[in-house]
Amino acid sequence: MTRPLLEVDRISKTFRSRLGEVSVLDDITMHVDEGEFVSVIGPSGSGKSTLFSILAEQLAPSSGEVRFHGDRDPKAPFSAYMPQKDLLMPWLTVEDNASLGLVLGGMGRRQARTRIAELLPTFRLEGREKAYPFELSGGMRQRVALLRTVVQDRPLLLLDEPFGALDYLTRTELQFWLAELCAEEGLTVVLITHDVPEALFLSDRVYVLSNRPATVRMVLDQPAPRPRGLSYFESEQFTHDERRLLAELTESGGVRIGLSGPAA
Amino acid sequence: MSTETIDRVRVIGSRDTGTRAARRRRSDSRGGGLFWRVASPLLAVAALLVIWQLAVDLGGIDPTTLPSPTRVWNSGWAASEQIAENAAATLQITLFGLLVAIVAAVVISSVLSFIAPLRQTVLPLLIAAQSVPIIVLAPLFVIWFGFDAGPKIVLVGIVSLLPLTISILQGLLSADPDAASLMRSMGASKWRIFVSLRVPTALPLAITGLRIMTSFIVVAAIFSEYVGARAGLGIFMQTQKNLYRTDLVFAAVFVSIAIGLTLFALTYLLEWLLLPWERRRKAAQR
Repeated sequence: MTRPLLEVDRISKTFRSRLGEVSVLDDITMHVDEGEFVSVIGPSGSGKSTLFSILAEQLAPSSGEVRFHGDRDPKAPFSAYMPQKDLLMPWLTVEDNASLGLVLGGMGRRQARTRIAELLPTFRLEGREKAYPFELSGGMRQRVALLRTVVQDRPLLLLDEPFGALDYLTRTELQFWLAELCAEEGLTVVLITHDVPEALFLSDRVYVLSNRPATVRMVLDQPAPRPRGLSYFESEQFTHDERRLLAELTESGGVRIGLSGPAA
Repeated sequence: MSTETIDRVRVIGSRDTGTRAARRRRSDSRGGGLFWRVASPLLAVAALLVIWQLAVDLGGIDPTTLPSPTRVWNSGWAASEQIAENAAATLQITLFGLLVAIVAAVVISSVLSFIAPLRQTVLPLLIAAQSVPIIVLAPLFVIWFGFDAGPKIVLVGIVSLLPLTISILQGLLSADPDAASLMRSMGASKWRIFVSLRVPTALPLAITGLRIMTSFIVVAAIFSEYVGARAGLGIFMQTQKNLYRTDLVFAAVFVSIAIGLTLFALTYLLEWLLLPWERRRKAAQR
């Protein structure tokens, strides 16, 4: 049995502030296999972003360890991340924004542009390579940011609420597109979100975090094959899981919705 | 609950009228916007000149007190060779002073952007240096370094570099820290982040700083000559003033205004060249 691509082994994170120690993450364990799409969902302020920063190797956990293919200290960076803000540089065109990761990683500008040009149709950006970010719609900006992340060819993609700022219809459209993209390219993804349908629709497995300090409250496997279609939203599996998650994640949900059946 | 709904409706409503007003403004300026932007200040200047001419002609003002625009033009034209010679000297000091100021501002602000503790030490010193009037510094520079153009260029550079230094520094420091960590995760070094993120962020502010500088650098150059120079509009003005040739003083003033305005206009050309994305954005708004 090969090691999982990513293992998060009992990590905790405590921040020291003037008011004393604040525990943000408490004993989080999770794993991601190659080609899996895993979501982490939790209430606002639950420490999702802290977990994200640890996975992105920008923050070290206070205890516990993160292993990549069983290696605690991989030599090459193993993840590329897409932050909440698209962080497109206003002075760069679409192609140069998208190739930023490649160029900063040492690739020549021309070669990077050629590589981007190959991927533009997949990201529905053909013909817009010379546009500046301010000339794009919100959905297009997110696709450029995602292209910039994917094209770095790192083994793991980290997405932090990538569609949070978009309107409902654009968000839904991008979710469908992302589902197809990930399945076709076999991408390994960790998605951080607080959008319950999004997490269910896209993922093989959902980790539900509690309020701060965050612990894993629930692990939900989503066996339905990916990519899923619209009909998934009316499947019994989806409605059942959605209700369970909402009950878990909202303060009043458990009381008002009530839980029945074996799931409770 | 109901008040919340009303509040939200009100916010949406006001925002909507805001964009509609903006759209109206935009469509207004589309109808011959560029023409009026150039024509209206020219018309204002022309009207002012006409009033001035009439006031001098009809009011019987002594030409040594206030010469009429036509008199200024005629005597200026007659002395054009002399004025051009002196203007060239002033222009030399202005342009090289500008160059000194830009180079110094870029170097100082770049160094300060890297070293935080240095900022608190150096910035007050710069502000103190800026507060010493050029009228005091100019004679000192003449005493220390002589009458040549070199010391004047340095002087003009020193007294005009602060606004540019501060605007560039502010621009360099205002780069998004999240963008910096994203670039770091992509493998960028500190220096690479400086070049690829901080410099482009600072460019629009740097050009604004440069524009402010052009508004007073000509005056600084003239002042630097005031206490003594071989040639220059400053020394020319002083000589003509002593000869009661007010008309030639005015002619020299207009030449210095023309130099200032040309430099000011050039900053827009520079902006157009350096910030292609801003060019596109402004064109889209028009």
